[in-house]
Amino acid sequence: MNEQVDIKKRTFKDFETDQEVRWCPGCGDYAILKAVQMTLANIGATPENTVFISGIGCSSRFPYYVETYGFHTIHGRAPAVATGVKLANPDLDVWLVTGDGDGLSIGGNHMLHVLRRNVNMQIMLFNNEIYGLTKGQYSPTSKPGTKSPSTPLGSVDLPLNPCSFALGAGARFVARGIDTALKALPQTLARAKDHQGASFVEIYQNCIVFNDKTFEHFTNKKEAANTQIHVEHGKPLVYGKENNLGLRFNVEKFTLEKVVIGEDGVTEEDVLVHDETNKMLAQLLVEMAAPEFPVACGVIYCVPEESYDVAVHNQMEAAKKAKKADFNALIRSGRTWTVE
Amino acid sequence: MNVQTSAGDFEELDSVVVRFAGDSGDGMQLTGTQFSVVTALEGSDLSTFPDFPAEIRAPVGTTFGVSAFQINFGSVEVSTAGDEPDVLVAMNPAALKVSLSGLRKGGLIIVDEGAFNKRNLDKAGYETNPLEDNSLSDYQVQKLDITKMTLESVKEFGLGNKDAIRSKNMWTLGLILWMFDRPRKPITDWLEQKFAKIPDVAKANIAAVNAGHAYGETAEVSSNLRQYHIGKHEEEPGEYRTVNGNQALAWGLVAGSQLGDIPLMLGSYPITPASTLLHTLAGLKEFNVMTFQAEDEIAAICGAIGASFAGHLGITSSSGPGVALKTEAIGLAISTELPVVILDIQRAGPSTGLPTKTEQSDLYQAVCGRNGDAPVVVLATSNPEDCFNVGIEAVRLATKYMTPVIVLSDGYIGNASEPWKIPDINKLDKFTVNFHTDPEGFHPFKRNPKTLARVWAKPGTPGTLHRIGGIEKSYDSGHISYDPANHQKMTDIRAEKILNIANDIPEQSVSLGNAGGKLAVVGWGSTRGAIHQAVKRARGEGIDVSHVHIGNIWPLPRNLGDLLKSFDKVIVAEMNKGQMNNLLRAQYLLDAYSLTKVSGQPFKISEILDCIRDQAGENK
Repeated sequence: MNEQVDIKKRTFKDFETDQEVRWCPGCGDYAILKAVQMTLANIGATPENTVFISGIGCSSRFPYYVETYGFHTIHGRAPAVATGVKLANPDLDVWLVTGDGDGLSIGGNHMLHVLRRNVNMQIMLFNNEIYGLTKGQYSPTSKPGTKSPSTPLGSVDLPLNPCSFALGAGARFVARGIDTALKALPQTLARAKDHQGASFVEIYQNCIVFNDKTFEHFTNKKEAANTQIHVEHGKPLVYGKENNLGLRFNVEKFTLEKVVIGEDGVTEEDVLVHDETNKMLAQLLVEMAAPEFPVACGVIYCVPEESYDVAVHNQMEAAKKAKKADFNALIRSGRTWTVE
Repeated sequence: MNVQTSAGDFEELDSVVVRFAGDSGDGMQLTGTQFSVVTALEGSDLSTFPDFPAEIRAPVGTTFGVSAFQINFGSVEVSTAGDEPDVLVAMNPAALKVSLSGLRKGGLIIVDEGAFNKRNLDKAGYETNPLEDNSLSDYQVQKLDITKMTLESVKEFGLGNKDAIRSKNMWTLGLILWMFDRPRKPITDWLEQKFAKIPDVAKANIAAVNAGHAYGETAEVSSNLRQYHIGKHEEEPGEYRTVNGNQALAWGLVAGSQLGDIPLMLGSYPITPASTLLHTLAGLKEFNVMTFQAEDEIAAICGAIGASFAGHLGITSSSGPGVALKTEAIGLAISTELPVVILDIQRAGPSTGLPTKTEQSDLYQAVCGRNGDAPVVVLATSNPEDCFNVGIEAVRLATKYMTPVIVLSDGYIGNASEPWKIPDINKLDKFTVNFHTDPEGFHPFKRNPKTLARVWAKPGTPGTLHRIGGIEKSYDSGHISYDPANHQKMTDIRAEKILNIANDIPEQSVSLGNAGGKLAVVGWGSTRGAIHQAVKRARGEGIDVSHVHIGNIWPLPRNLGDLLKSFDKVIVAEMNKGQMNNLLRAQYLLDAYSLTKVSGQPFKISEILDCIRDQAGENK
């Protein structure tokens, strides 16, 4: 059978499967699915060379709904499976789908190591600050005091910040997005795809059933301009409905501070310019929380380094060039003797 | 030690067991390994047993820091490291204390007298010096101040005292080489190569070997030292080498990869006694073998499963505790029907157990140890040579049937060396690994009607896009299915697929004796050598007993039930509390006698022989 080359540009619809999507009505996952399908169409992804790999949880049903190759693995272990896929065939474009429980609780160790090793893949961590599929227990990103079936008096342990964790683990690409930001999210995901190495993207995702509106204080569209900042490399860290709010570095306290341009003698010159290669700035940006600060979205940190899969293959190739694969010689290496 | 004849200055022996014992830092493993190589080169049959502590360097002079290496070699067939050493080399009081109880009465003890000082005697827990209090009167004792003589022999090379003392294992080796009439050249060649960059150390060690040898040559007739001669063992013609189990297993997997033309990806995490598999395979990149040292045992197998999904054969190597961690992932591979080979180099358990001591107690874990009805193929290795063949078979079965294959080896086999007739890979049977590329009517759980294996379509192939996972899948489409009848069907077919493999493996044979009779000893794994020798001796005594060695643990060979029922009585001998015995009882309602041992040490031939005599009614 001759293969037909599909010259028609694919649309997001080409990345939909025939499977009925089974998330709760109103779940943020629907919007993310759409954003991802749009991204795949935009970047010209080839379905057969694309693989979605997930762990366990609501978000991890994702692969069933994307018309590519997919592997729904076990709880927390998707990064390790994805590493194996990438080592076997580095030409595959691997997308990892995980959540705050899957990726940071049961799978925290694997998340740490896939980032540290810098395996070339896009890691989308859907953070809804709750366990959805097991019916609403608090998660490692839940705010202190979260009341849930397992914490009826409110949770007492401190949460972690996923982007901060990623930076600490040595991630070379850290970005953040919001489920309903259908314009911004595909752009961020396209950058993640461009980056050669492990790209970590935290996506705030609303769980309409067990943790509704937990991000409302900064995702509410009416207030978003004043509660979010979309960072872009080389551009001033300015935001606000009137574009007059900015971030300034306080040298004495070694912190960021919020300023109003035009007030107290503050000019645009005083506002920091985003530098995505500055890890210190990235660390400060990801720690900003509403309402005191705007929540940073977009590509916060990006400093490429050779990825693990490439390095492993380079070693393999060098070894193959240096030594002929002669199995009979291998098992005769060292001292042998002959019985006549 | 069976003396045959006396010929001139030599006593002719057909086999002998020597045990080298010393402190962890005394280099006993090296001494033993090198002696094994020379012995093998001289054409003896042999079997070795490295017996070392879990601590890398336990406090000097203590009993728990004793590291020993036992070798049994002879002109006759040798299949265990020997029940009782004939010769014990003890480098300090602790080594003597730990090893004495196993020594044959009347055997020879060579001790480094210089190490029997108050401090070392105290550390070993001796109140009086055993060399002086007559407690060794059952043995021949040869006291030598090895430390002092070593220092003298290497004086001219100007080494520091510490480095110079290190050569005492080579002095001892020199003496033992003289004792058993073995050439020094392979050792001196090896030393020159090993210390090529530090010639003084090479020269000092060679001088120590020569000095030990010379000591033997000039020993007074009145001493307990004399020379023995062990003839060549009649072997099939061919090229030979020594090989240990882990090395042979790694090579077997690579051979399987070559024969099936399928690249390997090993995901592994360091663990005793399996780490050398990772080390060996990490050095074989030119054979398209990729290794991944993962962050933990779970990631190791998950990496392997990911590689299998992408079209390599994923392998993972570990020991019991590590395999326990991999359990859920093995279930994923069963459910998604992906090939993966799990190597379990067993050690004494439960939990951390005895990391450097051997046991066969992971049989339940391998056959039954998962949630759900989760059948896999289980193969067991029985000696280093067998490891090579099992490695190939594991690759063949995993890829042909799209299933996890668990290989049960153990620490004893993994570390033990034996002569191996080196095969020619060009003469081994090739097999084909098929990747599905036809989009026509494709779905990922489409099965080969004969093997029941699902198709293997790897990402990157146009037209065979699919999603798989651990949720139950529809038999007809591969999509998620919660349908009750479908789950029944899929569970049945997963079990049937594995049981059908019984038609693709050899029938159970009798390795010694007859198919039917009064008594059979059934074993599996590393007990093979000890059972073989015990059955051989019992038959020599006129007892009607046969040896049945099981290599295919699951599925069991199709004729096994009938074969076992053709014996009046069956003994199942194993190094656990009766796991194979229970499996056979469950399968065949077999009422067998369970002979078990869990001391961390392999069976002695005599222990099995005693049991055979008992069960045959020959012991009074």
